[in-house]
Amino acid sequence: MYQHNDFDQAFLRNRNAQFRSQVERRLSGSLTEDEFKPLRLMNGVYLQLHAYMLRVAIPYGTLSADQMRVLAEVAERWDRGYGHFTTRQNIQFNWVALTDIPDILDRMAEVGMHAIQSSGNCIRNTTADALAGASADELADPRPYAELIRQWSTDHAEFQFLPRKFKIAVTGSPEDRAAIAAHDVGLQLVEQGGEIGFRVLVGGGLGRTPMLAQELRAFLPSAELLPYLEAILSAYNLIGRRDNKYKARIKITVFEHGIDTFRAAVEEQFAKIRPAYTGEDQALLAEIAAQFALPDLRENLAEFDATTRAVDPLYAAWAARAVTDHKRADHASVTVALKVAGEEPGDASAAQMRALADIAERYGYNELRITHSQNVVLPHVAREDLPTVHAALLRAGLAAANMGRLGDIIACPGMDYCALATARSIPLAQEIAQHFQTLGLEEEIGALNLKISGCINACGHHHLGHIGILGLDRAGAENYQITIGGHEGDKKHPAAIGEKMGPGFAYEAVVPALERLLRTYLDLRNGAEETFLDAVKRLGLAPFRAALYAEVRDAA
Amino acid sequence: MSVLVRDDGFHTEDFDGLAVELAPTTKPDEIATLIANAGLVVVRFDSFADGRGFTLGRLVRAAGYTGRLRARGPLIADQYAMARRAGFDEVEIPPEIAARQSEADWLSRADWQAHDYRKRLGFKGCDSLLA
Ligand code: HEM
Ligand code: SF4
Repeated sequence: MYQHNDFDQAFLRNRNAQFRSQVERRLSGSLTEDEFKPLRLMNGVYLQLHAYMLRVAIPYGTLSADQMRVLAEVAERWDRGYGHFTTRQNIQFNWVALTDIPDILDRMAEVGMHAIQSSGNCIRNTTADALAGASADELADPRPYAELIRQWSTDHAEFQFLPRKFKIAVTGSPEDRAAIAAHDVGLQLVEQGGEIGFRVLVGGGLGRTPMLAQELRAFLPSAELLPYLEAILSAYNLIGRRDNKYKARIKITVFEHGIDTFRAAVEEQFAKIRPAYTGEDQALLAEIAAQFALPDLRENLAEFDATTRAVDPLYAAWAARAVTDHKRADHASVTVALKVAGEEPGDASAAQMRALADIAERYGYNELRITHSQNVVLPHVAREDLPTVHAALLRAGLAAANMGRLGDIIACPGMDYCALATARSIPLAQEIAQHFQTLGLEEEIGALNLKISGCINACGHHHLGHIGILGLDRAGAENYQITIGGHEGDKKHPAAIGEKMGPGFAYEAVVPALERLLRTYLDLRNGAEETFLDAVKRLGLAPFRAALYAEVRDAA
Repeated sequence: MSVLVRDDGFHTEDFDGLAVELAPTTKPDEIATLIANAGLVVVRFDSFADGRGFTLGRLVRAAGYTGRLRARGPLIADQYAMARRAGFDEVEIPPEIAARQSEADWLSRADWQAHDYRKRLGFKGCDSLLA
């Protein structure tokens, strides 16, 4: 794992002192509220419905056991005893006091954590595949590049007052576990003639105008990454719209100018910037990469995993969902669901965070990851230890085995916390998960990805859900629009934005509508092998639309 | 009267000659012609929240301009280091800002060369762009 060096530490101390004085200058009136706002946002401080929220960056989703313990401490000392892991590898504390935040930041800096650029119109926390460095299917580890981008984008002189926020994601695997097509810039590690480089995508994003990113460069040599990113950002900084915040994201810039014109603007900037870079970043990159080397994986009795599966059905059911193959066959990655039916998706209590830290320390080479589906991963676990890890997770109430299943819902905070919400999302997620669990249908339905957003801003990524639910407000009543067929993209199906099914449903009508939809899928599928998404691709939308609206039509 | 901010604090206007002001909407390929005979190039910021001027500052340097380069507008002290790193020599702020944000606030950002990740990663600085 990357350890902050003297430079990083001095930077953080200085940055936190600056923020402390910015809070003081706001209180003394030296800064107006308008002036203070972007400064607090670029330090992770958001003003919510009930309180200030602090959004802490978890760069490329990686945490050490000690860092997780500090998050638990922050939750207990300064919040209400829990934190909320988001879809962009952040953790949010929803109930902190503004005047405590400088102390929280100082405490986090002691373990190399920060909230820098986790909000605001700047380059946000760079995300990466949560299984990076561990998964059997990756070409190269994306984290060293994500760390390089973190350093380059931190406090960048030109890009802290962009037209709008800017999100970058990197993946090293053909199975895109970082949703790169939904990012302002998506980077995929590829190989050409034995050389590692990037396929560069630009202009993806969801929100009110969902768009998938387009290809800007089929192959960018990896040594040119920073000047090329700088060229993209400069072009966007100058021509991105500033007259209308709903048209300010780079997806609209690319859409309005066309990808070819935008590419020409980027290349013009690139020609100017390239010579200003010495290439010294490559030596730093090598130092960074060395820190991401695999831990010293120990020899172990890996068969214990298989023999336990044969005799313990509870363990076998959990392992079938939670365990992913590792680069090294006698190890595995373990996904821990933060989606306990009846609890808020992505929430973790201080006790759960400590339990996870302890498990990571004892069985996981001290490492944890936060996934973009709001779950936690132990990337390296000896197969011999898997049954023990399962038992420890059971004791911590964290052994739900619903990863990739209906109960593994992604939901934004919605009306419960968010000032912009037009509907509730968390209670709906809870009801859906509980309903299908009670019916005992979750396992039978199989692979399904359900995502809920509480307003058009689409923080829950509903457009990319196999089933997406968008909560709106219609004349004072909550109304939920359903989309189907969305997908983040993998080897089997390319990324796709879900299709709207028709008129929305009242809150109480959503669960029955989903039940009709999913029972229809169960009736129509070609055996359990055919997932919901496969069935939608094969059969088209019509039978599913008919199922959703059957009841409504009967009643009319 | 507006105030000039440099690394050593506040100053009053001390330029006399041909100044050229670039609007935030200036296109990259127009810059060279516009600044051809300037003794002072001023990049205008209409709002502190509009960061186009930081990229324009660098592009003025990339166009080969070695003279005095000024950022003009309601910038805040917290942006001083950004302006200096983007190639500006000084910032011109309206009197209202200077009255609210003290000289000490600005001086606390005069250490703009410290803690610079981009420089550490091999960015040679805007002066290196001078052809
Ligand atoms: C509760 C406080 C929150 C507020 C006020 C908020 C606000 C917003 C807004 C206004 C946008 C749209 C920006 C735009 O398109 O230009 C947005 C996008 C986004 N938010 Fe949030 N958000 C909040 C919490 C969250 C949480 C908890 C998550 C993760 C679970 C999240 C993940 C995202 C993502 C991934 C996007 C990008 C969607 C896209 O590609 O357009 N947000 N948020
Ligand atoms: S989607 Fe809307 S309701 Fe949900 S967190 Fe984002 S802004 Fe808030």
